[in-house]
Amino acid sequence: MRLEPREQRSPASLLLYPVLALLASVIVCAALVMLSGASPLSVFGLMVKGAAGTQFAFLETLTRATPLIFTGLAAATAFRAKLWNIGGEAQLYIGAVMTVMLGTGLLPLPQSILIPVLMLAAMLGGAMVLSIPTFLKTRFGVDEVVTTLLLNFIAILFVSMLLEGVLKDPAGLGWPQSKKVIAEAQLPKLIQGKRLHFGFIIAIAAAVAVWIIDRKSALGYEMRAVGHSPKAASFAGIPVNRVLAKTALLSGGLAGLAGMSEVTGLKGNLTLDLSPGFGYTGIVVAMLALMHPLGVIAAAIFVAAVFVGADAMSRTAGVPSYIAHVMVATSLLTMVTAIMLTRYRVRWR
Amino acid sequence: MEAIEILFTASLWAAAIRIASPLIFGTLGELICERAGVLNLGIEGIMTAGAFAGWLTVFLGGDLWLGVAVAAIVGALFGLLHGFLVVPLGLSQHVTGIGITLLATSLSYYFYRLIFPSVTSPPKIEPFQPWSIPFVSDIPVIGEALFRQTPLTYLAFAAVLFVAWLLNKTPIGLAIRTVGENPSAAEAQGVDVTLVRMGAVMLGSALMGIGGSFITLSAFNSFFFEMMNGRGWICVALVVFGSWRPGKALAGALLFGAFDAYQLRLQQLAGAYVPYQVFLMLPFILSIIALIIMSRRAAYPRALMVPYRKGER
Repeated sequence: MRLEPREQRSPASLLLYPVLALLASVIVCAALVMLSGASPLSVFGLMVKGAAGTQFAFLETLTRATPLIFTGLAAATAFRAKLWNIGGEAQLYIGAVMTVMLGTGLLPLPQSILIPVLMLAAMLGGAMVLSIPTFLKTRFGVDEVVTTLLLNFIAILFVSMLLEGVLKDPAGLGWPQSKKVIAEAQLPKLIQGKRLHFGFIIAIAAAVAVWIIDRKSALGYEMRAVGHSPKAASFAGIPVNRVLAKTALLSGGLAGLAGMSEVTGLKGNLTLDLSPGFGYTGIVVAMLALMHPLGVIAAAIFVAAVFVGADAMSRTAGVPSYIAHVMVATSLLTMVTAIMLTRYRVRWR
Repeated sequence: MEAIEILFTASLWAAAIRIASPLIFGTLGELICERAGVLNLGIEGIMTAGAFAGWLTVFLGGDLWLGVAVAAIVGALFGLLHGFLVVPLGLSQHVTGIGITLLATSLSYYFYRLIFPSVTSPPKIEPFQPWSIPFVSDIPVIGEALFRQTPLTYLAFAAVLFVAWLLNKTPIGLAIRTVGENPSAAEAQGVDVTLVRMGAVMLGSALMGIGGSFITLSAFNSFFFEMMNGRGWICVALVVFGSWRPGKALAGALLFGAFDAYQLRLQQLAGAYVPYQVFLMLPFILSIIALIIMSRRAAYPRALMVPYRKGER
């Protein structure tokens, strides 16, 4: 078996292969569902209904998609420059820490000023976290995959320490949680009485902004050049290390925003279960979106639908909701395979 | 003063070796993959799957050693999947590895919940008991630390010797090292690069599976979520720390184990003054520091993360 590069990528294959990839992932999960004794059709039916069957369900899916758009953009931005940021989780949590440090009464500002300030602070927090491994990579040649992964564990312990220390809510009955952010720091709900909040709009705006940076700015061009080949980029006079540093600021900042949006839009305070792995899932979102910033929106909604749908399904059908995690993981693997197949043809001989 | 006295207790060194044992397996496994030119970030998930599969085998009535064998087989199967995706298909080793970790972890959790839908406390098994080696286990301090361990720990030390012998003294080892350094040269000598890389990834992943099973069959007696707690990632760091050599990797794992055992004891001593999270962070911070120190003279296998396609340069 060998692979031959295709002369050109046909538009049909670009559309067909990703669909086949998702289908393959669904088939794998159907087999797993059958092991539980349930019927895959009814289980998938319940999942679709649970994710988009009612207005409530669909709004819940969009609410869950919001942090995934941010972490998906963070992963896509970094990966395009071949900066392997697997530390979205850490950046999200430090973004949330910045938000509750400033947003629980320290800055008595009106909402129109406080929210942008909190956004900047959260971005700064996330950017700082990713800057450490990026600096270690450019200065000492330390592989950033391992350091960003290790920083996830350090960050969550750091947050745990803060929540049992300086950030602890004295009125929290001993639970490790921060105080609630003040009313001026809360993002408004998009629909009165529903959970979907303004963070979703910020996420869409962030995706558009990243798309514009990617397509229209010199930085976007440089990031792609570095991702394509650091050697060639360096030869062409692009300051590779500086581009990677800027990429880290942007990527880390986007993941930090996820933490800010979850705290100020949904949870109100910081707890240790703020993120059920949004940072890691963001990697899958980015891959499903083929690294395209606008595609991230669609991919995040899809992945959120899988999770929300599986939660609803497992309550009624009794199939463990972890099937959602399996589906997301298999779609990641089938999707990278599909992307490769749009570029190469398999020859069996 | 007390902090220094701890260093001379047998229990500290016994604990150090116990903590190091799963890391020795994992680090050796990652080392074999990387010497063949394949980064295997599936390690965290493969260790989780090994921990689960090994434990489940024993829980369902299997022998403890059968559990270890099943963990190795499950590890090798995930290795086969990772190898197939990154060797003949040449997919990104970073992304695929993360995907394997997500898949292996979520499959373990899915089957755990499927088999035990509503358990409040994790079901228990009868784990490996320590084997005291006659005579030598009576040597003060050293005997107690080294020769009153569970059989899987002895197996870990044997695995170091085996991997060192395999890599340095056998034709298979030579083939593994050549495909990791210069696959074109290997091909020219008639070595099937794809086959050797796949085999190395499967063997390495089997060792990762065994490392995972140490956690559920020797260190603890039940399986619970997130119990791997970054051990796999620490192994990836230990491979760099050990300069891709089994002996140095063993030294790194033992050093790490000693440090971890020491911080656990310091925690009891100084817990009133320093938050416990600081102690829990230390192993991860230590790993990063080790990476910084070693990366200056890190001699990566030259073809690491470079997919090999016949006829392509």
